[in-house]
Amino acid sequence: MTALFQWAADLISSLPKGWVVLLAALLKSIVIVLFVILNVMFMVWLERKVSARIQRRIGPNRVGRFGMWQLIADTVKLLGKEDIIPSMVDRWLFVLAPLVVFATSFLIWVVMPLGPNWETPANLNVGVLYLAAVTSFTILGVFMSGWGSNNKYSVVSSMRAAAVMMSYEIPQVLAVMAVAMVAGSLSLTDIVGAQSKVWYILLQPLAFIIFFISSFAELNRTPFDLAEAESELIAGYNVEYSGLRFAFFFLAEYANLLAMSALMATLFLGGWRPLFPLPGPIWFWGPVWFVAKTYFFVLLNMWVKWTLPRIRIDQLMEFCWKFLLPLSLLNIALTGLVVLARV
Amino acid sequence: MTLENEQPVGTSLGSVEDNLSQPGPEPSVREGKKELRDLFADVGEHTEELILNMGPQHPATHGVLRIVLRLNGETIEEAVPDIGYLHRGIEKLAEKWTYPMVLPVIDRMDYLSVATNEFVYAMAVEKLLGVEVPARGQYIRVIMSELSRIASHLIFFATFTLDMGAITPFLYGLREREYIMNLFEMVAGARLTLSYFRVGGVREDVPDGFKEKCLEYCDIQEKMLKEYDQLFTGNRIAVHRMRDLSILPPDVGLGYGASGPTLRASGVAYDVRKSEPYSGYENFDFNVATRTEGDSYARYLVRLDEIGESLKIIRQAVNNLPDGPYMAKVPRVIKPPAGEAVVHIEAPRGDTGVYLVSDGSTNPYRMKWRAPTFNHVSMLPYMLKGYKIADSVIIGGSIDVVLGEVDR
Repeated sequence: MTALFQWAADLISSLPKGWVVLLAALLKSIVIVLFVILNVMFMVWLERKVSARIQRRIGPNRVGRFGMWQLIADTVKLLGKEDIIPSMVDRWLFVLAPLVVFATSFLIWVVMPLGPNWETPANLNVGVLYLAAVTSFTILGVFMSGWGSNNKYSVVSSMRAAAVMMSYEIPQVLAVMAVAMVAGSLSLTDIVGAQSKVWYILLQPLAFIIFFISSFAELNRTPFDLAEAESELIAGYNVEYSGLRFAFFFLAEYANLLAMSALMATLFLGGWRPLFPLPGPIWFWGPVWFVAKTYFFVLLNMWVKWTLPRIRIDQLMEFCWKFLLPLSLLNIALTGLVVLARV
Repeated sequence: MTLENEQPVGTSLGSVEDNLSQPGPEPSVREGKKELRDLFADVGEHTEELILNMGPQHPATHGVLRIVLRLNGETIEEAVPDIGYLHRGIEKLAEKWTYPMVLPVIDRMDYLSVATNEFVYAMAVEKLLGVEVPARGQYIRVIMSELSRIASHLIFFATFTLDMGAITPFLYGLREREYIMNLFEMVAGARLTLSYFRVGGVREDVPDGFKEKCLEYCDIQEKMLKEYDQLFTGNRIAVHRMRDLSILPPDVGLGYGASGPTLRASGVAYDVRKSEPYSGYENFDFNVATRTEGDSYARYLVRLDEIGESLKIIRQAVNNLPDGPYMAKVPRVIKPPAGEAVVHIEAPRGDTGVYLVSDGSTNPYRMKWRAPTFNHVSMLPYMLKGYKIADSVIIGGSIDVVLGEVDR
């Protein structure tokens, strides 16, 4: 066994430096993809169970213990469906859109510090700006699907999605800016590093609230799920999709929820930093804390989603531009004053 | 991609607008939109109005109602309801059947409040025959129709909240309705289409233990009404969406022939149970739930209040259920003398009436049904104009349409 490790270590050290970096990045990417996909599968099950409990139902309980294999069964069913591309759609946009939505939901993880010794595949020193950029990719996919579907409901829905997501991007980014100002860095690893004494949810409560509210709009979930408002727009932008293409949209929603929750945990709850020390190495407990904090936000999101009704589009925009945006600007001004006073 | 301005067949989109006097809620905003459109016209761009078909296959139109919407952005410029997708010709079928045979089919009119349908039909035949229903029969009828009213309003609560995107209250509403369905099953053997009323009374007496079960249900429902308030009524998003939405002035409502909670929310305290008491309603102590605002929120609150009032009636009726026969002496073959009868009662959705003509044979010569929601659907062009698409489902939900009754 030792010989095997020795051989592997020798092999790696004999490779050129560039190859090693590439190999490490590749391995990390595989870890990330597996992590996200497994979590998404768990979250789909979790949401069904949580919503069932909120609604005084039992939820899935037929496939496996506690209905744990429900998602596998659903996926097999969706795989078996006929792949329908309606005749009047814009074929390229229609086929590409689910892939865009699904693939971009993984991008956030490239800069996410999962644990204390986790070197992110790309340690960008502008991590926060990168986040702002990749979270807007979802709009592209949603708009492509809505427009490409050539359906009136889808068009209205994608217009709404674009308007809402773009508007809420602004207060969200401004909220993150305040956090970055306190941390003195745009890199997520450094932001977690700066939270060694106090978490930013205490230093930046306003930014947290703004970010939390905006995340609902960004994720298209109730009360801000206007784009897929099933009561008026049926299913919105994905109304023409079926089978596996629909599954991509469905899974992307949860991947985005996971990413957004992880982001909130990183920015405001100190990422992998433990709430109280536990016996054992931090390289083990770090990721556990990180996942626990992420699921705290996931559950919070589900709780809100299954309790509140949906807000109307003009009320939502009014709320963003007349309330959240001034508030986030005020927050930045306050943070700036405090940071200046400390220097 | 082009969105073609398709003209729906058989629907003229110009004529309805001429009949409407209300300019819509925000004339200034609409004017502004027009200016924007002109601006684009100058630079060679053009915008078009979008014709959107809501229904008949749409999750939020409560059945097979089709509304053709002419949209400017998300604002509704014009709405034309199109009915008839659930037409089964019940009125015509009734002419071919004997009086008792019609009764089970009447259940399919307003399928959410079955007992009131049977109630009004049975009363019409009794009026033709000149039969007096014994007191016990009258009280059982009142209990059943009030339970029916609550079941119907619970469905309203459930679907109305669903229209606003809140999925959880939907299941809460249906859960309490289940108690009523169980009570119905206990009494009539059926859960939805009862066929329990008969000409001259009811089919059979209430079983043992019904009284206790019924009172138990009343207590549960009373508690749950508070839960609905906590969950939904006071919710700021919900209130924000319903308040001042599609205000119906009382004179307009009366002009369209509106009735029931839809009219009472506009401040008109018209309730057939009070104005022309029937079947012993004069013996019960209850209030007519009324609001003056006339908006969707008022229509919602009136219905919730009515659940409480119905519970009051049920409690009184169950506790004071008189002894005696539950069925009057009625000839085996019902053959009313030639003549006509008009009877109307207070159904959950409003003033439901039936006009029955007898030619002295065993079949009705003509049956005409007055469905309250038919009038309410005809108000939709007036009520929807100027609001957003997202509001259309709330407004449509707030008048509580049942297409089985509209199309017949």
